Amino acid sequence: MTVSGGNQEEPQTEGGRSHPAVRSERKIAVIRFPGSNCDLDVVHALRDVVKINCELVWHADFKGSEYAGVVLPGGFSYGDHLRAGIIAAFSPAVKEVKQMASEGKPVIGICNGFQILTESGLLPGALLKNEKLNFVCKWVSLRIDSEKSFFTKGLSGKRLELPVAHGEGRYYIEEDRLREMERNGQIVFRYAARGPEDNENPNPNGSLSNIAGVCNEQGNVVGLMPHPERACEKLLGGEDGLMLLQKFIEIADRRK
Amino acid sequence: MTEYTVEVVIESKPAAKDPEGETIARELLMKNGFGQVHNVRTAKMLKVKLEAENEEQAKNLAERMVRELRLANPVAHIYSINVKG
Repeated sequence: MTVSGGNQEEPQTEGGRSHPAVRSERKIAVIRFPGSNCDLDVVHALRDVVKINCELVWHADFKGSEYAGVVLPGGFSYGDHLRAGIIAAFSPAVKEVKQMASEGKPVIGICNGFQILTESGLLPGALLKNEKLNFVCKWVSLRIDSEKSFFTKGLSGKRLELPVAHGEGRYYIEEDRLREMERNGQIVFRYAARGPEDNENPNPNGSLSNIAGVCNEQGNVVGLMPHPERACEKLLGGEDGLMLLQKFIEIADRRK
Repeated sequence: MTEYTVEVVIESKPAAKDPEGETIARELLMKNGFGQVHNVRTAKMLKVKLEAENEEQAKNLAERMVRELRLANPVAHIYSINVKG
């Protein structure tokens, strides 16, 4: 009997799930670009709260084949020059991310990471300057509108409270593309009232159709403006972000 | 080869709101004696100095920059290119 080293090539699908064909090591990368500033928060949330293997990687050193999934964290990559996310979108690291995405590995972009994903074409739409042109930094209420995405499986209809902190978060896409995305279940997160007595406008930035986050057609690439990593511990004011980041447990080794 | 200055003007599509332009029109111009103003759209302009054989080549180069490196985001923006001598 021949022993082949090909076992690692075997897709590890757990419980018949369609996501993802994991061939690489069972760890998650958090990519740091010049100007990223939420990278360490994500690493803390994944390592110390979710308790999975996770590495902080400088963008120039990033090799997608070494990871089972990747986080593009928030911040101001390349100083938001020209447009938030555009310069990182053309970096070699994002080429690696595109490769990972095409292999079905989970990719999540948070805030500036979401901007990088739209600018790179990995996610549809664009994030324009907030309608009121101010930087918004507050807790918002969200509703999960689709379980198509890797990060929201089994969570449709759930409400969560997460912080936002951005100046360019107004989601925009042409009407016919929006309808197509709705049909495909690609509108994953919407800003939503906290309850029937909440009359405040839930939309912090003027996003089209109250969109806070979307996914690609396959569901493995997800972007959202709110910060789940900032809501993973009671001490921080909430733990709702955990339900999204915990999905990585499926593809990464646990830490003790 | 000649040096050209190419002006690349990038603005939001007409269907996308431009709150900065609206505020300039309404709060600054209309309220301060320029009632003739109907609308303002803001834009970003890049003045690109480059070497090219002629004006047409300068324009084509700029066109490629805009398309290939998404100086304008095709989802959200329209753009125009003007070549100055």
